[in-house]
Amino acid sequence: MRVACGSSMKLRHLPQLAGAWLSIARCFAQSAARNSTSTSIFAPDSTPADAVFGLSIFVLVVTGVIFAIVFGLLLYAAIKFRRRANDDRREPLQIYGSDQLELAWTVIPVLIVIVLFMTSARVIHSVQDARRPPQSMEVTVIGHQFWWEYRYPQYGFVTANELHVPVSNPAHPMPTFLELRSADTDHSFWLPRLAGKTDLIPNHPNSTWIDPHETGLYLGQCAQYCGTQHAKMLLRAYVDSPADFDRWVRAQQQAPGDDTPLSPEAAEGRRVFNNTACINCHAIAGTAADGRFGPDLTHLMSRETIASGISLNTGETLRRWVQNPAAIKPGALMPAMNLTDKELDEVTAYLLTLH
Amino acid sequence: MASDSVPISGAIGLPKEAGSTWSETLHEWVITVDHKKLGLMYIGSALLFLVIGGIEAAIMRIQLAVPHAHFVSPEVFNRMFTMHGTTMIFFVAMTVLFGFGIYLVPLMIGTRDMAFPRLNAWGFWMSFFGGLLLYFSFIGGDGLYGAGSAPDVGWWAYAPLTSTAFSKGHSTDYWTIALLVAGFGTVATGVNLVTTIITMRCPGMTPGKMPLLAWMYLVMAGMLLFTITPLTAAQLMLMVDRYLGGHFFDTQAGGSAVIWMHFFWIFGHPEVYVLIIPAFAFISEIVPVFSRKPIFGYPIMVAATVAIGFVSMSVWAHHMFTVGMASYSNAFFVLTTMVVGIPTGIKIFNWLGTMWGGKIRYAVPMMFALGFLFQFLGAGLTGIMLGAAPFDWQLSGSYFVVAHFHYVIVGGILFSVFGAFYYWYPKMTGRMLNETLGKWHFWLFLIGFHLTFDTMHIPGILGMPRRIYTYEPGRGWELWNLIVSIGAIFQTVAILCFVVNLIWSYFRGRPAGNDPWDAWTLEWAVPSPPPAYNFAVIPEVRSRRPLWDAKHPEDPDWKYE
Amino acid sequence: MSPIPANMPAQAPWILPSRGRVGMFCLIAAEAAIFTIFIVAYIFYLGKSVTGPTPRQVLEVPIFNTICLLSSSLTIHLAERALERGQIVPFRVLWFVTFALGAIFLGGTGLEWHRLIYTRGLTISTNLFGTTYYSLVGLHAFHVIVGLLGLGLVLALALASKLKQEHAARVGVFALYWHFVDAVWVVVFTVVYIIGR
Repeated sequence: MRVACGSSMKLRHLPQLAGAWLSIARCFAQSAARNSTSTSIFAPDSTPADAVFGLSIFVLVVTGVIFAIVFGLLLYAAIKFRRRANDDRREPLQIYGSDQLELAWTVIPVLIVIVLFMTSARVIHSVQDARRPPQSMEVTVIGHQFWWEYRYPQYGFVTANELHVPVSNPAHPMPTFLELRSADTDHSFWLPRLAGKTDLIPNHPNSTWIDPHETGLYLGQCAQYCGTQHAKMLLRAYVDSPADFDRWVRAQQQAPGDDTPLSPEAAEGRRVFNNTACINCHAIAGTAADGRFGPDLTHLMSRETIASGISLNTGETLRRWVQNPAAIKPGALMPAMNLTDKELDEVTAYLLTLH
Repeated sequence: MASDSVPISGAIGLPKEAGSTWSETLHEWVITVDHKKLGLMYIGSALLFLVIGGIEAAIMRIQLAVPHAHFVSPEVFNRMFTMHGTTMIFFVAMTVLFGFGIYLVPLMIGTRDMAFPRLNAWGFWMSFFGGLLLYFSFIGGDGLYGAGSAPDVGWWAYAPLTSTAFSKGHSTDYWTIALLVAGFGTVATGVNLVTTIITMRCPGMTPGKMPLLAWMYLVMAGMLLFTITPLTAAQLMLMVDRYLGGHFFDTQAGGSAVIWMHFFWIFGHPEVYVLIIPAFAFISEIVPVFSRKPIFGYPIMVAATVAIGFVSMSVWAHHMFTVGMASYSNAFFVLTTMVVGIPTGIKIFNWLGTMWGGKIRYAVPMMFALGFLFQFLGAGLTGIMLGAAPFDWQLSGSYFVVAHFHYVIVGGILFSVFGAFYYWYPKMTGRMLNETLGKWHFWLFLIGFHLTFDTMHIPGILGMPRRIYTYEPGRGWELWNLIVSIGAIFQTVAILCFVVNLIWSYFRGRPAGNDPWDAWTLEWAVPSPPPAYNFAVIPEVRSRRPLWDAKHPEDPDWKYE
Repeated sequence: MSPIPANMPAQAPWILPSRGRVGMFCLIAAEAAIFTIFIVAYIFYLGKSVTGPTPRQVLEVPIFNTICLLSSSLTIHLAERALERGQIVPFRVLWFVTFALGAIFLGGTGLEWHRLIYTRGLTISTNLFGTTYYSLVGLHAFHVIVGLLGLGLVLALALASKLKQEHAARVGVFALYWHFVDAVWVVVFTVVYIIGR
């Protein structure tokens, strides 16, 4: 059933009334959460997250009813059957059990389990076994200790740390299917408002999908402990309108090249970059730099943040990062390159040209 | 406590001179094979590690009280959560439950000691040395370039983070070997408990007439044999990888990180049932006595416990719903997880049925038992939520899970253990624990527990993952984390009350006598503390409540069972 | 003191299983679980080695070793019977033969490993097959060594005339362990040399 918030949800097991209530509740959650930095699992904005949310509410209602009933009974028994001050200290009636009661309170849980299992299985199937439609975006996500690599095989470019996907609406669905791999240890891709999490495990490719209903920035972070800076492996997913997304793709497909004219300081910075170990880890398309251990820097300045979301991407933070990554992210695998102040200025000037 | 001499009346054996030196007493405890002393040593070592594990928790909560705090470095924080989990599971929960089991089982089944007294001692010392080895890592783990110190790979030690490529130095080896050593002790204790319960019951005590505690420890010990051993195997494999260049979990050589997860959780899930079943046992002894009624539905309680023992071996991959198993595999584990909730849940009804129509006396043991009942209900239901795999795709790896399992382990197991302390301390020492201090302990801990662990569900729902040394402001997590940390203060004060109570009551507690609670099982037939030989004459029993029969000869249980 | 009324109706004698046997069965159960995990790992990794020799290329079926080890189950059983009947000398002979068969098995395993390592180039770190093979067979061989130590101890006691007929039950408990070691070998042999090749 469609609601004003522009999303739809199918509820098979609850009466229409509950369905209306739920949709309204979701509207509230979403409007509170939209344009904010919320990562609540109860503000879903994509079909997989919607499906999970629907099941979650159902499970919460069922368990809530069980809790209320048993809690009430326990409370009643705890109070009603207290020993009174004027008690005659005779032992109460010794009851050993009741077959009928025990049968009843076994059968009812069995029925509840069957219902919960069936509803869960349905959602598992609908999310995990979803057929990929002919029109879909493909992104390969590679988890590294402590940053995210994104490859767009349909467009032939590589970027890092900030994911861009097109918005998907029911009239023109454009889901993004993400292939999840790892270059080192286990990670987990969790954008709570877009989908449940799926792990990135070396030698064990996984996949997940999202079809965000609204444009905007969605936040998340790595959800499987992967080492020292697990806490700082943040996720930023930009859901763009189709036009914005095309523009972004086209910009990412440009390659600057080694002979692009630069200011003297930036040119000197490029020389330092190419002649120091930078190119062993980093890649800049069209230049001699083609290392894959660190983030692709071709369009570094098209990103709002650096170090996987933890610092704003400005000249000042870039310079501090290059000077000593451990000062910003202790445990990050990028070493301090021991550049002189002059070299740092120059390299920073060069990096600032990488739009 | 281990170095105090325990007053024994009517003991057979070497006569104790009034002025035993401390070294003689220490020697006596170190070489003992008496199940009662070993039980107390297990409990004492558990209390020691409880304090240490609690300090680790406090450090984490101070760091997380506000975002972007700098109380500890990320490296230290990561060691804290690893050590906290490892310590609490293996060196607090397991050991305190072993301690109570080893102490109580022979007394409750009417025999003089465990089946293998020397193996009993060996098991304790292996466990204790394992704990010491784990903590030695803080000193000895430093390898080249500062790599090392205590383990920091999480208490599940997922591969390939534990490979030599990603865990340089020896910290992971301390985790592995300490738990291997303790694990051998654990298996020995399992063998001992099973054998004792099967082969040493007093005459007349058929399996259907054993106290529920004995049944539950039998199931728990039987489970141990199949539960700890997969972890032992996996750890041996990890050692082969780290020391002999093996590739069991080496993803670069075609090895599988997922298979470590399978092996670990084949241990890890039944392990939590190993922990909860003795907690059920304490509740099943305390609630009847303080409600003045027999346990409701003894046969179903036994059947449910045995069922849990078996079914719990089939649910492990609900810890792996996010690793990319096929949809039908996920669905299978949803089913088994929900099914195991049935025998677990109906026990609450049986305890409710025991209280129903009774005359409940709210001494401190019963207060803790009541706390257990409400809290275990909540914990079980959040477990059901996590068992619905799609819901788990959001909740797994978040603070919701952390809240859930602390609800089970602290709100459930620890409350039950506190109840057991207040209930059996008189038997073990001959003195009652102070009731006023006990109530302070209860109420402070209750408030602190709920402040911390009720609240902790919320950051999980708001998207906060676990095992992070700090978090970003602006996601709505700050207030909840602060409340969670404040709750820890209440819990700390409560534990202090408890420790003070344990010590003060040992010297100044009211003398307990044999049977301060008017209870019905065999341990209350002997002096407090019991003599070394337990029973002057091995008893013969006719029902599940031999002392009820003795106190009510006109209305004995064996007429109705 | 015993507050328990002793006026119980006459009933059958109170007999419970022997501690040693129950304890040994528990130990066997635990060990079986460990072996199961190693066997699962072995089967899971069949065909998954990225490089290096495959089982078919380097493994030779150890028929003779297996016959020795499995026969030792028969001889230890006969030895138990002999001790139960108080026949110490046949017991000593059969027990010694058991020990010798076990030692031959162990020596044979050592020889096979020597051939695999030095002639065929398969070590524990070569590939997944090497890791899982040496770990599984090695774990079993370790249990054979422990068994031989136990066998040797009992043999020494028997030769020193300290072992008597009344010890038959305890010797029987130890024999359970040896039978377990043989049973594990049946499974390992089937998995490694028959299914896995």
